[in-house]
Amino acid sequence: MPMKVGNLPFFEGVDKAISNTYMVNAVSSAQDGLREKKLKATVGDETLGDWEEWRRAGEEIRQFTLNHLDYYLKQLSDNFAARGGHVYFAQTVEEAQNYVRKIVRSKNAKNIVKSKSMVTEEISLNEALEAEGCDVLETDLAEFILQVDKDRPSHIVVPSVHKDRRKVREAFQKLGYSGSDEPKELAAFARKTLREKFLHADVGITGCNFAVADTGSICLVTNEGNANMVTSYPETQITVMGMERLVPSWKELDVLVTLLCRSSVGQRLTTYVTDITPADQTDTVDGPKDFHLVIVDAGRSRALGTEFQPALQCIRCAACLNVCPVYRHIGGHAYGSIYPGPIGAVLSPILGGYKEYGKLPYASSLCAACTEACPVRIPLHELLIKHRQKYVAGAGHPQTGEKIAMKAFGIGAKSPFLFKAGMKMAPIFLKPLVHDGSISKGPGPMKPWTHGRDLPAPSKENFREWFKKHQAEAGNPPTTVNADGSRSEAK
Amino acid sequence: MKVSLFTTCLGELFYVDVLKDTTEVLERLGCEVDVPEGQICCGQPSYNSGYKKESIGPAKHMIETFENADYIVSPSGSCTSMFREYPKIFADEPEWAERAKRIAEKTYEFTSFIVNVLGVEDVGAEFHARVTLHTSCHMTRLLGERDSHYRLLSHVKGLELVKLPNNYDCCGFGGTFSVKMTPISEQMVDEKIRHIEETKAEVLVGADASCLMNIGGRMRRLGKPVKVMHIAQILNSHQEEEAAHHANESRKSTVL
Repeated sequence: MPMKVGNLPFFEGVDKAISNTYMVNAVSSAQDGLREKKLKATVGDETLGDWEEWRRAGEEIRQFTLNHLDYYLKQLSDNFAARGGHVYFAQTVEEAQNYVRKIVRSKNAKNIVKSKSMVTEEISLNEALEAEGCDVLETDLAEFILQVDKDRPSHIVVPSVHKDRRKVREAFQKLGYSGSDEPKELAAFARKTLREKFLHADVGITGCNFAVADTGSICLVTNEGNANMVTSYPETQITVMGMERLVPSWKELDVLVTLLCRSSVGQRLTTYVTDITPADQTDTVDGPKDFHLVIVDAGRSRALGTEFQPALQCIRCAACLNVCPVYRHIGGHAYGSIYPGPIGAVLSPILGGYKEYGKLPYASSLCAACTEACPVRIPLHELLIKHRQKYVAGAGHPQTGEKIAMKAFGIGAKSPFLFKAGMKMAPIFLKPLVHDGSISKGPGPMKPWTHGRDLPAPSKENFREWFKKHQAEAGNPPTTVNADGSRSEAK
Repeated sequence: MKVSLFTTCLGELFYVDVLKDTTEVLERLGCEVDVPEGQICCGQPSYNSGYKKESIGPAKHMIETFENADYIVSPSGSCTSMFREYPKIFADEPEWAERAKRIAEKTYEFTSFIVNVLGVEDVGAEFHARVTLHTSCHMTRLLGERDSHYRLLSHVKGLELVKLPNNYDCCGFGGTFSVKMTPISEQMVDEKIRHIEETKAEVLVGADASCLMNIGGRMRRLGKPVKVMHIAQILNSHQEEEAAHHANESRKSTVL
């Protein structure tokens, strides 16, 4: 199934992740490192000016583009085609796979090199091409490690964040590597292996950080230079992009690349920012001769014009993953989606449905660290609440007990009488459970809480009674609020 | 200055001491405190769980109850932030949205009210202990209140404030998150406790009873000796003996 990572039910995946202390330590130390770097490159960089202003600009650009998505997609498509490229709009995952398969077949291509791309992971492109008998090679170092190790990405930008160099060495040993776990030596081995393959590649496949509508260009933001190899050796290039990943012009690209580099890895600019256009035009001297752009919807248009549209503002920087305390403790694989973390919990139900991903919006304490980190100001934690609203309103299957409890809450919490009665009864009802000032074994809904925590005993004293006495002592008559909201002396 | 106290359901159920201290501190600073009788829960537990319909009744009731207040003050960043959310809940009911907006504008978290409205940083408290502060998520990120609690604590005589590493990370409470996602929540609170222990503080202080109930409940289960106190309890402490007594008393009477 496209998008799906692993096959464990959510809570089993969580248990497996939590017990993997090795992974948890790798992820949390990566988070701490990335946080420092990001802060230095954003709020801490005086040359940049006001970071909040940059965020607002990013938000405005993304919102504007999404609000005029049809216009700019048409412009991109026309300009790309005018330069000799081929554009294909894929409404579904299958359509995208089929189109790429068709191109590969028509070229009789066997050797395919890829640069890092989340959307190709989303549409399971590797599997589709491997089924055709193709040799598909991931050339981004981290993706290469995962491919060798038959593992999946656990992060949008740093896909092998859950592995350290010892694990990388173990993976490379499968290819006959016998060296140490020194990063330099490991990288040299990867480079040698990859170079061989680049020379014999028939087709290069990339993702797309941004497409620029008014010039018909594709922008790739990378650090390793592998994307440049992927787009210069093979005669045929296929770029797969999510349908929302475009900007009107280079002016907006400037802002978004700045936000992306600084937010994702804390760099002012990545080592390579590459812009390419189809080659058969007079002012281009190299690049692919046959250039295909596959624009993928695969569920995105379901969010357009709805309360979930802000999710499409995402520029895949993973800043929200890097600050999320839940992601910190369960890593990416436990989400069961190729898009993990807060943005994954928002996107996955939109793209893959509530049946498969309906629990993800609950995997958040709503601490809003994600919302604060997002460079294009997606209100992530609010979108998680909106998903929960859909879930309980019929898109998912909330527990009956919970539904009844919430209904009762809705009634009880607007009745001062019931509320006050509850406050008075609680200490009496819960008294048998209280030992030494707290409750360590609670029944029913209290059970998950007392699994690992004590619950305080309800206060024996009633605050409102104390307050009346307190006011009387001070010589102030206690006030009360009447039905019309006005105040008068309590009787 | 007239202040209507928004007690919160957690406060009335578990932390009456905190409400008493909150009242006394405000009164000492010259406020005339009242406790609107009709108040109940703000509706956050159901709202954050996706039960919007069930949250509208409580929200409307709270708006009616507090509508005539000059200032609404609550010893909880989280519950205060729910009042600030009210206008968004009523996006489809403009009249209520307008009333909600008026409520949101006059609602303040306790420490924020003292520093930003009363303009006081030194409340004349004295508390001798090494203390670390848990800054809650709703306080810092939703309310944007990042330093009132630091300012107030920095003027407490005898108090040594130690910075909590990774203080920006959530403690794992998250309302129903703590019972729906218990395994994850427990990992989060355990890391928080590791950081608290690194500070070698004797007392953990916070301005949100919900976070303190979570961290304190876990520490109590694990037998950790760190005391847990609400900032109102510290600010209402006057001398060493009384402070020590105060801490012990609340330690005994609640998990706090």
